[in-house]
Amino acid sequence: MTAAAITGRVEGDRVALAATGAWTADAAVALESIVEETARHYQAARRIDIDLARLERLDTFGAWLIERLTRTLAARGSSARIVGLSDADRGLIEEVRLVNRAPARPRRRADNPALAMLDAIGRAVADIGGSLVLLAQLFGALTMAIAGTIARPARLRLTSTVHHLERVGWRAVPIILLSTFLIGAIIAQQGIFHFRTFGAEVFVVDMVGILVLREVGVLIVCVMVAGRSGSAYTAELGAMKMREEIDALRTMGLDPVEVLVLPRIVALVIAVPLLTFLGSMAALYGAGLVCWLYGGMTPEIFLERLRQAIWMPTFAVGMIKAPFMALTIGLVACVEGFNVEGSAASLGRKTTASVVKSIFLVIVLDGFFAMFFGAIGM
Amino acid sequence: MTGNEAVISVRDLVVSFGVATVLDRVTLDVFRGEILGFVGGSGAGKSVLMRTIIGLLPKRAGTIEVFGSDLASLDGRERRAVERRWGVLFQQGALFSSLTVRQNVQFPMREHLDLSPRFIDEIALAKLEMVGLDPAVAEKFPAELSGGMIKRVALARALALDPDIVFLDEPTSGLDPVGAAAFDELIRTLQRTLGLSVFMVTHDLDSLHAVCDRIAVLVDGRVIAAGPIEAMLASEHQWLKSYFRGKRGRQVYH
Repeated sequence: MTAAAITGRVEGDRVALAATGAWTADAAVALESIVEETARHYQAARRIDIDLARLERLDTFGAWLIERLTRTLAARGSSARIVGLSDADRGLIEEVRLVNRAPARPRRRADNPALAMLDAIGRAVADIGGSLVLLAQLFGALTMAIAGTIARPARLRLTSTVHHLERVGWRAVPIILLSTFLIGAIIAQQGIFHFRTFGAEVFVVDMVGILVLREVGVLIVCVMVAGRSGSAYTAELGAMKMREEIDALRTMGLDPVEVLVLPRIVALVIAVPLLTFLGSMAALYGAGLVCWLYGGMTPEIFLERLRQAIWMPTFAVGMIKAPFMALTIGLVACVEGFNVEGSAASLGRKTTASVVKSIFLVIVLDGFFAMFFGAIGM
Repeated sequence: MTGNEAVISVRDLVVSFGVATVLDRVTLDVFRGEILGFVGGSGAGKSVLMRTIIGLLPKRAGTIEVFGSDLASLDGRERRAVERRWGVLFQQGALFSSLTVRQNVQFPMREHLDLSPRFIDEIALAKLEMVGLDPAVAEKFPAELSGGMIKRVALARALALDPDIVFLDEPTSGLDPVGAAAFDELIRTLQRTLGLSVFMVTHDLDSLHAVCDRIAVLVDGRVIAAGPIEAMLASEHQWLKSYFRGKRGRQVYH
């Protein structure tokens, strides 16, 4: 195959152009500049014939460039004519003659970057309000679903709830135990290392006991659950939304909140306190082990000290917070899942948002609880 | 239009999943410039053959030659050169959901060709118009389109690089009869204008009748017949009789 080219010959006021070679996608880069060049070179010509008889191959790319050449020439007042068209290429040339006739719509120009940034900030702030409203909406729908279930307990989807309980609770036990054990051990080690300077190693037990039972146990569990189960909830519901499964449920007269959201959130609200308990115990165990092996404090002393340092409310504070945080994680995950739009990118964005928002809200909630428990003296 | 040169020739192809043999020594040719309709019962392995030819599924035995070269013997670069010469329309469209229609059609061009943005825009809009879509659709996302529009955009994307062969997996499934007939017409027109060879998996008796030059029939993992529609209608084979001359077949042809 010879390279695609145009040769031109001036005959009086007529210009004879001949296209040769293969006018195909592969040659399109070179052809585009050849066509531009030709159009410039012969812009003064009155009559132009474009001879296609010596074309070896023609595809849409080549055909469009020929069409573009004739349009450019025509726009400059020359009359361009195509001659020597083979039967095989005729259909294609006629086809491209019809396309791109509508005036090109201007692409949206990029905004001023400063304005764009302000715009993005404004939208983000407005979105916060929007997502709070959605959260409240789902909370309301969930309350209605709970009320309906209390009125008729048979409506609770027990199988589904147990299934989710197994996924978010039972299967999370190993990783939760391992991470809280390590966190407890690390806190104890750091405490011993720094308290030793003041000879106050024994207070490490107070610190670990209070910290783990009141704050760290429940927070670590919530972060793990948000990352592990909240993201899964969002992705599942989002994929179901994308494939119209949620619409299908609705058309069958079922309430997606009752069928999908309630079992998931009930499972979380049961699982998170249990995991918090297990996690706190594992953290205390880790701390006790470090105190014994690293700090030289026997388990008897550790337990004795622990008994003096904590009392029932210390434990209760952590446990009371757990179901509320579970509810927050579940609500955020389900709201984000329901808001997934058609695209794969949107699914990814919402899953990220679900984890980030739920962890953030859990921390904010923890702050409110701290003020509340402080006020009532717990 | 039908030449004698085979653009795809499949010889004794065996494809199996575990112990289940889906395709058992399938032999089939697709000739240059023809539209081959490929039929068979649901789950007979029509899509499996298509996916094996385009390399999405592994074969157990046999050869697949495309443009005269055995696909198994090609190295990566040669294989990509072959892949550039075919376009695939998947059953559900398989449009990239995070790209607009225009970007979907431009995607193969951007990856394979080094064209100016203006040229790429013009060609993409030209392709969209050639498949019968309004240029206003170009800036929409796939999620905003109807089923018929998705098929058309997917066809435009399959044609983006001006391929020689187009694989169509049930192009008219999910379209209403009017839309399906229009799509058949479109395939016929594009096939003539662009000189395509078309491998079309289908269930649609109307399409088989309206656009296919030849029909190949897959039953029990083997191609039991290949030929023009008249030959299918005349055949006394039990499966062909029930497929082409059953209740639904009669409505189309009589």
